[in-house]
Amino acid sequence: MVKTFNGGIHPPYNKELTKNKPVKETVLPSKVILPMGMHVGAPCEPLVKVGDMVKKGQKIGDSKAFVSVPVHASISGKVIAVEPRLWPGGGLMMSVVIESDGKDEAYEDINPPKPLDKLTPEEIKSIIREAGMAGLGGAGFPTHVKLAVPPEKNIDTIIVNAAECEPYITADHRLLLEHPEDVVLGLKAIMKAVNVNKGIIAIEDNKIDALDGINRAIAGSEGIQVIILATKYPQGGEKQLIQAVTDREVPSGGLPMDVGVIVNNAGTCAAIAKVLKTGMPLIERITTVTGSGINEPSNLLIRIGTPLIDIIEQCGGFKGTPGKVLMGGPMMGLAQSTLDVPAIKGTSGILVLEKSDVKLFEPSTCINCARCVDACPINLLPTRLAKFSEKGRWKDAEDYHAMDCIECGCCAYVCPAHIPLTQHIRIAKNTITALRKKNKK
Amino acid sequence: MEDYNLIVTSSPHIHSGESTSKIMLTVAAALLLPTIGSIYFFGPRALALVIVSSVAAVITEAIFQKLRNRPITIKDGSALVTGMLLALNLPPGLPYWMAAVGAVVAISLGKQIYGGIGANPFNPALIGRVFLMVSFTGPMTTWINPVDGTTGATPLSLMKMQGISTDYMKLFLGNVGGSLGETSALLIIIGGLFLIFKGYADWRIPASYLGTVAILSLILGRDPIFHLLAGGLMLGAFFMATDMVTTPITKKGKIIFGIGAGFFTVLIRFFGGYPEGVSFSILLMNAFTPIINRFTVPRIYGEVKAK
Repeated sequence: MVKTFNGGIHPPYNKELTKNKPVKETVLPSKVILPMGMHVGAPCEPLVKVGDMVKKGQKIGDSKAFVSVPVHASISGKVIAVEPRLWPGGGLMMSVVIESDGKDEAYEDINPPKPLDKLTPEEIKSIIREAGMAGLGGAGFPTHVKLAVPPEKNIDTIIVNAAECEPYITADHRLLLEHPEDVVLGLKAIMKAVNVNKGIIAIEDNKIDALDGINRAIAGSEGIQVIILATKYPQGGEKQLIQAVTDREVPSGGLPMDVGVIVNNAGTCAAIAKVLKTGMPLIERITTVTGSGINEPSNLLIRIGTPLIDIIEQCGGFKGTPGKVLMGGPMMGLAQSTLDVPAIKGTSGILVLEKSDVKLFEPSTCINCARCVDACPINLLPTRLAKFSEKGRWKDAEDYHAMDCIECGCCAYVCPAHIPLTQHIRIAKNTITALRKKNKK
Repeated sequence: MEDYNLIVTSSPHIHSGESTSKIMLTVAAALLLPTIGSIYFFGPRALALVIVSSVAAVITEAIFQKLRNRPITIKDGSALVTGMLLALNLPPGLPYWMAAVGAVVAISLGKQIYGGIGANPFNPALIGRVFLMVSFTGPMTTWINPVDGTTGATPLSLMKMQGISTDYMKLFLGNVGGSLGETSALLIIIGGLFLIFKGYADWRIPASYLGTVAILSLILGRDPIFHLLAGGLMLGAFFMATDMVTTPITKKGKIIFGIGAGFFTVLIRFFGGYPEGVSFSILLMNAFTPIINRFTVPRIYGEVKAK
């Protein structure tokens, strides 16, 4: 029996669209839009002003806050705007817009660091922070914060999240097929940074074809192994992954650290490897551009900050009329209202659903079928939470653990009454957070 | 820049394709098995009763919703299921108009008065049946023997009044007196397993219900196999105690529901005035459903005990 977690669903994965397509380099974008807060935490202050010339890899935004990472220019050229712009997370965000000079020149100060075995843990963490590492899986949590382990916590395992459970997305799958050695190098750096001897690369069993390559890449490395998990959504959810791999449960309201685990996405590991090998900070990533509304579904190596419209054009443009453009996959992706927003560090995929594939439903009454209860990987009662949320019973929602919801979308996916359960619970979570803040004051 | 009018909604952006009507129509399809059985055992009159009851249920639902100015949702199939279930719980000789009255009561007093689908605390078909039971006790307890059409007693009343048991095989196949759809354990089990396989019924309820009846019968020195196969237990356990709307949503709650229903069934059968207690026991447990839900909230992932 392959390992897995409780609950979950089996949506159509639709990975065949892109899983056999090698990662393609894209043409240099004519401009990039770099939001100052594409990570979780404090947004950066821009370090450049309109008219400045910048080079690839140059830091253009930083923050003094601990939970934050700098932003770097992903192309060389001229800063044409420093202003709030629409960004894929929704609403406006202070952004630096760079117009390409077509030269793609690297910043002079960029040099490869010492080899990994010569680096101290502190140096590794500093390199990771300075390179702007924020989780490439989608959430964008600053990597160095994950690695800042308080002395009282005892970490014994680093897990590389290569489950890639979101339907359609194949960015990590391609990465593992094409550059498993980078993932392993990044994992080793993290293991060294937090002084842990055990590393686990976790993949779903729909990526078995990547196994040989990973095994070759880890051959001779002490303490690193591959674990194969059942293909089930949301296997790549941090809590679900930890449960499947280690049989431990992250305490409610706690962090993976509390059970001795740090989880990093495979893409993040490869990006760390890149900075260790070349010194170049995080300025590009692999993203899967796919869906029924795309002419040539592809896996692309894109510059961070490339506007969606440019990326879509490189994939042959839209097929038919686009209905929804999602940043991310169909389960947790964010629907975009405009194609002027840029791809960011957490953009693992861009999914375009053709208009006829976008189904909008009128919700009907809950019939207590409990399918949501069975699907919830956290063991919540989504139907109850949604009712509390609808009625404004925030205290009840809190007592029924609304704050533990990971917003994976399984409940709404299975609901025969088409009730937007996840959305209701999200509203409850936001309201409870706001109320908590208010009560603190 | 071209304006694409992109649709923006909250995630998730895909859906399983499940729907209320799909569930209800599948349940109705599963009920066709005992329906066909009833036609085989009791003749075309059985089919007529099922049709009368179903049509009356659907029409009542439509009229009620029209009067309340609500969208008419008879297409969701839930009224059809109630109508079929009610008919399968009626004696084969019942006058058609009584069946129609039962269906009207089931839908109006059992369901719509609470606000319609999803809001009713009690199984509507059982409300209809109990209403008929107390209103027309005579016709509701007049049983016909299959094939020859003579009047006779059900295996349960034979057992209760005269202590006579019935052949297991006859009970299993359904060649005995009783309500339309309750006699053939075989057909009910096939239909029930189909629903469980489709995920439209939770195995925990029939398993704990039947298990409780068997164990209590054994403890009390009665014949457990007879009590499993006789009367409305099979139909109740597989098709009525598994009604989603009126039963607990938690897994533990479902088991408690089944045990409770089993307990009350045995209590009524062995110590009560009626030979059969399935309808009453399920209705009783329906009343407990909210409180069972409240006390069986599952332990969530990573739950830490409150300090």
